[in-house]
Amino acid sequence: MLLVLIVFSCQSDDSIEFKRYYSDGSIVYQNHCQNCHGEKGEGLSSLIPPFTDTAYLKTNLASLSCKINYGFTGKLVVSGKDFDGNMPASGLTPIEIAQALTYVTNSFGNKLGVITVDEVNNDLNKCEN
Amino acid sequence: MRKLTGAIVLILLLGACKSNSSKTALPIYGNRQAVTTTVNGQSVTDTVYQTIPAFKYVNQYGDSTGSKNLDGKIYVADFFFTSCPSICPIMQRNMLNIYNAYKDNADFKIISFTIDPKHDSVPVLKNYADKLGVTGNSWWFLRGNRDSVYRIASNSYLVGVSQDSTAAGGYVHQGYFVLIDKQKRVRGSYDGTDMKQVSQLIDDIKTLQAEPVNAK
Repeated sequence: MLLVLIVFSCQSDDSIEFKRYYSDGSIVYQNHCQNCHGEKGEGLSSLIPPFTDTAYLKTNLASLSCKINYGFTGKLVVSGKDFDGNMPASGLTPIEIAQALTYVTNSFGNKLGVITVDEVNNDLNKCEN
Repeated sequence: MRKLTGAIVLILLLGACKSNSSKTALPIYGNRQAVTTTVNGQSVTDTVYQTIPAFKYVNQYGDSTGSKNLDGKIYVADFFFTSCPSICPIMQRNMLNIYNAYKDNADFKIISFTIDPKHDSVPVLKNYADKLGVTGNSWWFLRGNRDSVYRIASNSYLVGVSQDSTAAGGYVHQGYFVLIDKQKRVRGSYDGTDMKQVSQLIDDIKTLQAEPVNAK
């Protein structure tokens, strides 16, 4: 019985954490990402990559914090399309990056779960630039 | 009887709605002057409206392109720069909707003036157009002398632009889409970042196309 209770409470803690990250993330997204990447994460033609490519997000998750934090210039292949552009540094804090990433990776058809500030800090320590 | 009254009220309301939606004409913006001329010995007073003055710039194909190429055309103008990190992507996303709605219409064009001619060379503009998915000649990206572009922006298209090193990307500009008629008069100004206003613009282009050529 106790075990069941613990499991349940853990689950709901996870879910509360996810919901907090996600709903804060939607505001961060609106204010800092949406102009370029679109309300539905659709991007813009071959100029700005979309967020609808779950496979890309999943395999490149660890590098996304670096791109958001430091900006990014260069080539990417997303949703089968070539991109070669420039994204400015976001000026977001690690917690805001975690919130935005949680929102993006769980919207637009993606379902990758919560991305915590600890994961973001960890990824930021390994940035190449 | 009550039902009948209800029906009449309904019909009246519907009628009112209908006459509201069928817009007669779009307003004409800018300064206007009454000019009196003598025609066949009689003096005639006419209203002369502000028009977009002549200009000659270069488009994304490297062709000299200007107001002459816009004679008798309806067009939408905006001001942007390719490296713009703020409102341009959302403007151009909305402008793509207008492009897709009217790109096959020979009498319609979209003109995007760059406000950063130093960076936005002809190849940069061509590359930008290609990546945006713009082909053919219905949407031109024009590069001109900086001061000249800034002057027609604020004096003629009534759009504010300026260079500002503190702004993201280095420039400040308003995101208006300006609708110009066949006689080069400003007929509407719409917030290019607002999808609702852009839908209105798409409708207004139709209204303008239906306007008789000599309409005052």
